[in-house]
Amino acid sequence: MKKSAFLFIIAAGLLFAGCKQGSESSEKVDLSGAGATFPQPYYTIVFKNYTEKTGNNVNYGGIGSGGGIRSLKDKTVDFGASDAYLSDNELKDMGADVVHIPTCMGAVVLSYNLKDVKELKLTGQLIADIYLGKITKWNDSRIKAINPDVNLPNKTITPVYRSDGSGTTFVFTDYLTKADSTWAVAMGREKSLKWPVGIAAKGNPGVAGAVAQTDGAIGYVGSEYALAMNTPSALLQNKAGSFVGADTESISAAADADLPSDMRTMITDSPEAKAYPISCFTWIIVYKDQAYNNRSKAQAEATVGLLNYITDPDGQNVAAKVHYAPLPEKASVNTKIIIKSITYNGEPILK
Amino acid sequence: MKDKLFKSFLFAAAGLVLLLAGGMFYSLVGGSVNAFRHFGLVDFITTADWNPRTGEERYGALSFISGTLFTALFALLLCIPFSLPVALFNGEYFKGKKIAVAASSIVDLLAGIPSIVYGLWGFYTLRPLIVSSGLNEQGFGILTASVVLAIMIIPYASSLSTEFISMVPNDLKEGAYSLGATNLEVIRRVSLPIAGSGIFAAYILALGRALGETMAVTMLIGNTNNIPTSLFDTGNTMASIIANQFGEADGLKLSSLIAIGLLLFLITAGINSIAKLVMRKILH
Repeated sequence: MKKSAFLFIIAAGLLFAGCKQGSESSEKVDLSGAGATFPQPYYTIVFKNYTEKTGNNVNYGGIGSGGGIRSLKDKTVDFGASDAYLSDNELKDMGADVVHIPTCMGAVVLSYNLKDVKELKLTGQLIADIYLGKITKWNDSRIKAINPDVNLPNKTITPVYRSDGSGTTFVFTDYLTKADSTWAVAMGREKSLKWPVGIAAKGNPGVAGAVAQTDGAIGYVGSEYALAMNTPSALLQNKAGSFVGADTESISAAADADLPSDMRTMITDSPEAKAYPISCFTWIIVYKDQAYNNRSKAQAEATVGLLNYITDPDGQNVAAKVHYAPLPEKASVNTKIIIKSITYNGEPILK
Repeated sequence: MKDKLFKSFLFAAAGLVLLLAGGMFYSLVGGSVNAFRHFGLVDFITTADWNPRTGEERYGALSFISGTLFTALFALLLCIPFSLPVALFNGEYFKGKKIAVAASSIVDLLAGIPSIVYGLWGFYTLRPLIVSSGLNEQGFGILTASVVLAIMIIPYASSLSTEFISMVPNDLKEGAYSLGATNLEVIRRVSLPIAGSGIFAAYILALGRALGETMAVTMLIGNTNNIPTSLFDTGNTMASIIANQFGEADGLKLSSLIAIGLLLFLITAGINSIAKLVMRKILH
């Protein structure tokens, strides 16, 4: 399945290359990338804008984060895209130094289906206990305690989770691992888990659909999908103690903290006062030295040019329009330094 | 000369199909070796645990095998009261009449509907019905999936059964009628006993079809990795776990999914060959 996806991308790339030679001058470059599906709607638009601006074509295949990293390692693509940063071990496996460039931010929201409940507040512990099967009714005294003004029904809670392996699940469980010690021991953070209760559905649309159709259901959904569909979602208590909903500002706020210089970090459970607690980066991963596998300097320059364009205000404005959050200032400064560190035969590409 | 060319073309085409089937089997075995070696063939089949947590990885196929058999067999049971009357209507009462032709082509149309459409119907129409009947809190589960599966396999069961019922020799039936038998008695004492093993084979083939159905089942069964203990329980099937988890799987998990694919391949192949054997016995 994945192999055929690569082949398709390569074939598509070749096709484009063929078309190009006939019409345009030789300076234009074709870039190809593959990986995460989460940022794909954003990438589709921002890559198209880049093509219009520079004439360089970008082909992107949404084959999943794991597939994107494998394609980069096999050197069949110019860049890989991933919702999870590479662990130290995975970094060693890549053969040469790679860098992580955060391109935008997203979040995971808790979408619920309760008639007449306009506003619902939840905490990390409550979410963990709901998904562990310890809280089974909506009118549980612990939910009531933080929602004193809400008339909660005596209804069974149906937790909905992802049936497919997913970066969304990883971010969600990463947050629960930080917020609830029982969860950390019993479940941990994974792309797919052994869930004790609830039902499962495939993809964001599947979970959102199951929640929308089931009275008393709760499910976690990627913000890019939930915000676009305008589904009701819970306000979550962040580390600073305030209850926040997910929007571009509160998601961006989560990264307004001190970040490691290589940007390999999960920003869930952020200590910032205005931060939405289940926020995340998504990354594009490239080799630090672009002179490998007979890549031309033009190819390397176009790759870096693309990364620079995405992280510029032009590209970041697009992110907000399609319900992702732009990188806040501190993150943006770090990101630009990383992009400047990319080299071709040891020479920096961007001056 | 032309004859020879045509013959070799036929041989090549047939050989290619065999080669494809062989290649498929080979790559399934090759892909699943890792899982079987790690967990042991018997353990893999008899364990219901499906734990993808890093460091504690443990994969077993039992919940999916039981989910598959449970839904498929229950669907088969549900489809009999619909497909058998249809077969009698078309093959006995109105054999060769215009109305039978119309009825059978409408039933055959059911076979042409894409399974995602059945899934959507089940999700938006059947599921709320089950919820409002109070059988189940959220409407997902074995029952919902089986009902939709049953409708999907009706055309497979009924059209083949019709063939076998209409193949019952007229002499026998006329003999029975001349002895004063009623319509119902002819069906019970003559038609059904003679066509019986053919009808059995038709249902076995329909079962084979139900085993491999993926999309509609995935949308309705709830996708929880446990052995279903009642009709209202949620579960998962072999085809559905593969479709769900293939995308991001690697290593041992990928191998386990391929191993489940191999088991499904073997189960379906076994069931189809039983049906073929029964049918060959009738036709010769």
